[in-house]
Amino acid sequence: MALYSEKVMDHFLHPRNVGVIEDADGVGEVGNAKCGDIMKMYLKIDNDVITDVKFETFGCGSAIASSSMATEMIKGKPVSEARELTNKAVAEALDGLPDYKMHCSVLAEEAIKSALEDYEKKK
Amino acid sequence: MIYADNAATTKMSTAAIDKMVSLMREQYGNPSSLYRLGQSAKEVLEEAREKVAGIIGAEPREITFTSGGSEADNQAIITAAKIGEAKGKKHIISSAFEHHAVLHTLKKLEKEGFEITLLDVHEDGLVRPEEVEQAIREDTALVTIMFANNEIGTIQPIREIGAICRKKQVLFHTDAVQAIGHLPINVVEDNIDMLSASSHKFHGPKGVGFLYAKKGIRLVNLIEGGAQERGKRAGTENVPGIAAMAVALEEAVANLDNYTKNVQAKRDRLIEKISEIPHSALNGDREHRLPSNVNFCFEGIEGESLLLLLDEKGIQASSGSACTSGSLDPSHVLLAIGRVHDVAHGSLRLSISEETTDEDVETIIKSVKEVVEYLRGFSPIWRDLVSGKKAFIL
Repeated sequence: MALYSEKVMDHFLHPRNVGVIEDADGVGEVGNAKCGDIMKMYLKIDNDVITDVKFETFGCGSAIASSSMATEMIKGKPVSEARELTNKAVAEALDGLPDYKMHCSVLAEEAIKSALEDYEKKK
Repeated sequence: MIYADNAATTKMSTAAIDKMVSLMREQYGNPSSLYRLGQSAKEVLEEAREKVAGIIGAEPREITFTSGGSEADNQAIITAAKIGEAKGKKHIISSAFEHHAVLHTLKKLEKEGFEITLLDVHEDGLVRPEEVEQAIREDTALVTIMFANNEIGTIQPIREIGAICRKKQVLFHTDAVQAIGHLPINVVEDNIDMLSASSHKFHGPKGVGFLYAKKGIRLVNLIEGGAQERGKRAGTENVPGIAAMAVALEEAVANLDNYTKNVQAKRDRLIEKISEIPHSALNGDREHRLPSNVNFCFEGIEGESLLLLLDEKGIQASSGSACTSGSLDPSHVLLAIGRVHDVAHGSLRLSISEETTDEDVETIIKSVKEVVEYLRGFSPIWRDLVSGKKAFIL
């Protein structure tokens, strides 16, 4: 038995959408270094559609995998849909996370919400 | 595969495996049985006791076999607490970075009205003998300080602390789980009243250990139900495990000089090269340290992802990050030496053995450098540090 599902390991070892968007329309950062997890999401939004998304994460394997999966789930989606993304959906898409790692998926949901809020503010 | 987590557990030595298997096949008798099969198992048991006792400078009757280091720690501390309590002494001195087998037992005693003083271990991870002396009171029942720390490998001034305890007539226990088989230990010369050991840390089997308690210390039972171990630890003895432990310890101690020379040189190479990583720091004193232990903090990254990526490269190591413990706090050891949370999450412990080759050492160095750089590449903290938005701690 491995610690994580194959999906988690795949997204951890080959994270999608890693990086920074310099002229992002929305940026959100959640978590704190004290707890060992920080996620930062950058969104490029055109006509209320997320055309590009990038992330940076300081954290454990499941935090990196959750960020990666969450970016995949919202890329190309309308803002209204991205707003509905739940941590559960992220965790399920990863074929589950250990109980004590569920907070990583929560961070991913919060990071996206925070970036969307930033976008609304800037609009 | 490069196994660099020997502080977690070790690979059993061939001699210990052979001993164990042959005993399991042939000496399956119960040492408490009177017929020959039982009595020959008893002989095996007593031979192991003599061997273990001889190695640490104790008498056979001062050795009690246990299920491992944790049980030995529990029994030693509970024993000293009860002895003290009977004389109205309810104060215990320990250190902030003991193993949880010690700290949790002390917590339990605290709830029963004992007062616990946890000494500072300073930035170098070393207890100061003079601070032990200052902390000892009229009502101090026990001083318990680990021989070598399990995470950062720092070796404590046990002999000096022991001498102070002798002078002040206070019982002195040491959790020597990481030290025995790795450092020379003699309970008489080192002024030790009680000592805990665990077999699987020196290439013996898991689930076996022992407690040394100086003659005259009446052990308090944790397990009731039989006359085994002079009535102090009930349960049919794990004869194959105990005998294999004695073999493993004998081997380790006979080879101690070679081991130290060989492993320490590799440790030093690892420390020297890993130190080249910018904004990293060695945890624990450079000199007073187990020959096998390397422990670093890297700023801007988190330990679990570091371990997983090293595992992908075939390297097994350990970290004091919160994520590896299932709690929100990083290792209490790293916090005790003054590492702040942000940095403590990014720790790496490598604990090597004689099986670690020079080539392995170079692979580890290269892999650690690569992985740290890779993780920093998409760490928002690292970005803030590099851009000057946040100040570097290391």
